Amino acid sequence: MATARTSYLRTGLIHLALISYTLIALFPVFLTLVNSFKTRNAIFREPMAIPTPSTFSLVGYETVLKQGDFIGYFQNSLIVTVVSIALVLLFGAMAAFALSEYRFRGNLLMGLYLALGIMIPIRLGTVAILQGVVAAGLVNTLTALVLVYTAQGLPLAIFILSEFMRTVSDDLKNAGRIDGLSEYAIFFRLVLPLVRPAMATVAVFTMIPIWNDLWFPLILAPGEATKTVTLGAQMFIGQFVTNWNAVLSALSLAILPVLVLYVIFSRQLIRGITSGAVK
Amino acid sequence: MSEADNPSDLAPIKRPFRWHILVFLAPAFLVYTAIMILPLIETLRLSLYNLVDGQTVFVGLTNFITLFSDPRLSASFWNALGNNLIFFVIHMLVQNPVGIALAAMLSVSKLRFATFYRTAIFVPTLLSFVIVGFIWKLILSPIWGIAPGMMDWVGLKWAFAPWLGKSESALITVSLISVWQYVGIPMMLIYAALLNIPDEVLEAAECDGITGWSQFWKIKLPLILPSIGIISILTFVGNFNAFDLIYTVQGALAGPDGSTDILGTLLYRTFFGFQNQMGDRSMGATIATVMFLIILAGVSLYLFVIQRRMRRYQF
Repeated sequence: MATARTSYLRTGLIHLALISYTLIALFPVFLTLVNSFKTRNAIFREPMAIPTPSTFSLVGYETVLKQGDFIGYFQNSLIVTVVSIALVLLFGAMAAFALSEYRFRGNLLMGLYLALGIMIPIRLGTVAILQGVVAAGLVNTLTALVLVYTAQGLPLAIFILSEFMRTVSDDLKNAGRIDGLSEYAIFFRLVLPLVRPAMATVAVFTMIPIWNDLWFPLILAPGEATKTVTLGAQMFIGQFVTNWNAVLSALSLAILPVLVLYVIFSRQLIRGITSGAVK
Repeated sequence: MSEADNPSDLAPIKRPFRWHILVFLAPAFLVYTAIMILPLIETLRLSLYNLVDGQTVFVGLTNFITLFSDPRLSASFWNALGNNLIFFVIHMLVQNPVGIALAAMLSVSKLRFATFYRTAIFVPTLLSFVIVGFIWKLILSPIWGIAPGMMDWVGLKWAFAPWLGKSESALITVSLISVWQYVGIPMMLIYAALLNIPDEVLEAAECDGITGWSQFWKIKLPLILPSIGIISILTFVGNFNAFDLIYTVQGALAGPDGSTDILGTLLYRTFFGFQNQMGDRSMGATIATVMFLIILAGVSLYLFVIQRRMRRYQF
C-alpha cells in the first residue's frame, strides 16, 4: 500500500511539473494568436482574455495584407524551402548511397569531408559567399538562397541517410543485380522507396532552419521581390512597431504554417529523433 | 556489409572504372565544395589580406594584431567574446539540465499524455527567431504589462523591471529567451537515449533495490553521458554562431550599450557596417576566422579529449 501511494504521489508531481513547463512553452504562442484577433483597446485592457464578439477584430490582418506583400513572401519562402529540400534529399541520398554501398579508395575520407559541415557552420563563410554571389550576378535571387541552403543541409542529410542505407538488405540489392538492374535502377527503384521514412525525417530537419533563417535572406536577398516570410515579418514589424494589431497579426501569420506542418509531421519528426528507440 | 564477405576483395580483379559512383557523389560533392568549403577557405584567406591604397594586398597577421590591439575594436571584441561565454554558460547551466529533467520525467514508463507533453514542449524550437524575439519583447514590455501583471498575481510586482532595457540584466534575459526556445533539443536527444537503455538493465537495478532517484543518478545518468556530451558540443557550436535572436530582440547594435553583443552580431556590424560605421570586408573575415578557430577548438576538445575518455556501454 505504502509503495502504491508514493508512486501515485510521484506520478502526480511529474504531471504537475510537465504541465507547468508545457504552459511556459505554449503561453507566448497562445498570447500572440489570441490577441491578434482583438481590437486595440482589448489587447491592452485584457491581454489574457479570449476574444468575445465585442472585442473581436480583424483590423490587424487587414493592415498586414494591405501594407506588406505577405502572399509574395510566403511564395518566396515556399519556393526556397521546397526546392532546397528536394535538392538536399536527391543529392544527399545519392551521395549516401555511394558511401554506404560501394567500397572504393577514399570512401572514408570522403565521408569525413562531407561530415565536416555538420560541425562547422556555413555562416562563417558568409564574406566569401557574398563575394561569389555578387560575382555570379545572383544577388537578390532565390537561386542564391537555394544554393546556400542546399549546401547547408547536405552534410547532416548524408550522415543520417547513409546510416539508414546500411540497414537495407544486401540480398535484395544483389537479387536486383542478378535480374539485370543497373546500379541507378537499384538506387531509384529498390533503395529509395525503402528509406522513405528516413527521407521524411531529413526533410523536416532540413526545413526548420531554412524556413526560419534570417541571416542569409538579410545578406543575400533583401530586395522586396525576394523577401522570405521571416525577413518580411522582421521588416514589417520594424515599420509598424506601434501598431500592435498589425504586429501580432504578422507574427501569427508567420507562426501558422510552421504549426500546421508540425502537427502533420510531428510523429515523423519525433520518430526520426528517437529513431531506433521505438519499442 | 562486412568487408570479407565480398570475394573480389580477396583477389583484386581489374574492374572497369565504376562511373556510377562518381555520378552518385558528384552533385553533393560539387555543391558542398563550391558553396560551403571553398568560401570558408576563402574567408580564412581573406583575413590575411587588406585594402592598402585601394589594392588588396597580403598583410600577414596584421588584421589579427589590429583586432586585438586597436583600442575600439579590441574593446568590442573582448566584450563580445565575454558576453558569448556568459551566453554559453547560461545555456549549459539552464537549458541542458532542464532538458534532461524533462526527458527523465517523460521517459517514466506508462506516463499518460507523454506524447502531448513532448509535442507541446518542442513547439518553441520550431519557431523563427523573429517570432520568438518579438513575442518576448512584447511580453516583457512594461507598456503591455503582461509580465508585471502576472508577477502581480504572485505578489512579486516589486521585482519587475524592464529587463531587456537594462544593461545589467539584458544579456541574461536574452539568454533565457534562447533557452526557452531551444530546450526541446536536449530534451529530445536525451529522451531518445533514455529509451535506448534496455529494460533488463533497469530490471536488474530494481532487483537490487535501486529505484527512483538513485536509479536515475546511478544507472541512467552514466548511460546517457555520451548524449550529454553531444548536446554540450551542439550547444557550444550553436551559441558561438548565434546571431538572429540578439538581432531581432536588441537590434544590430546589441544594446543597451553593447551589453548583449556576441560574436555573431559583431561580425555582422563589422562586415556590413552599421549607421556611421563603415563595412570592412577584411576585418569581417578576420572575426569570422577567430570564430572558426574557437569553434574548431571546442569541437576538437570534444572529439579528441572528452569523447575518448567517455566510457561507452554496448548492449
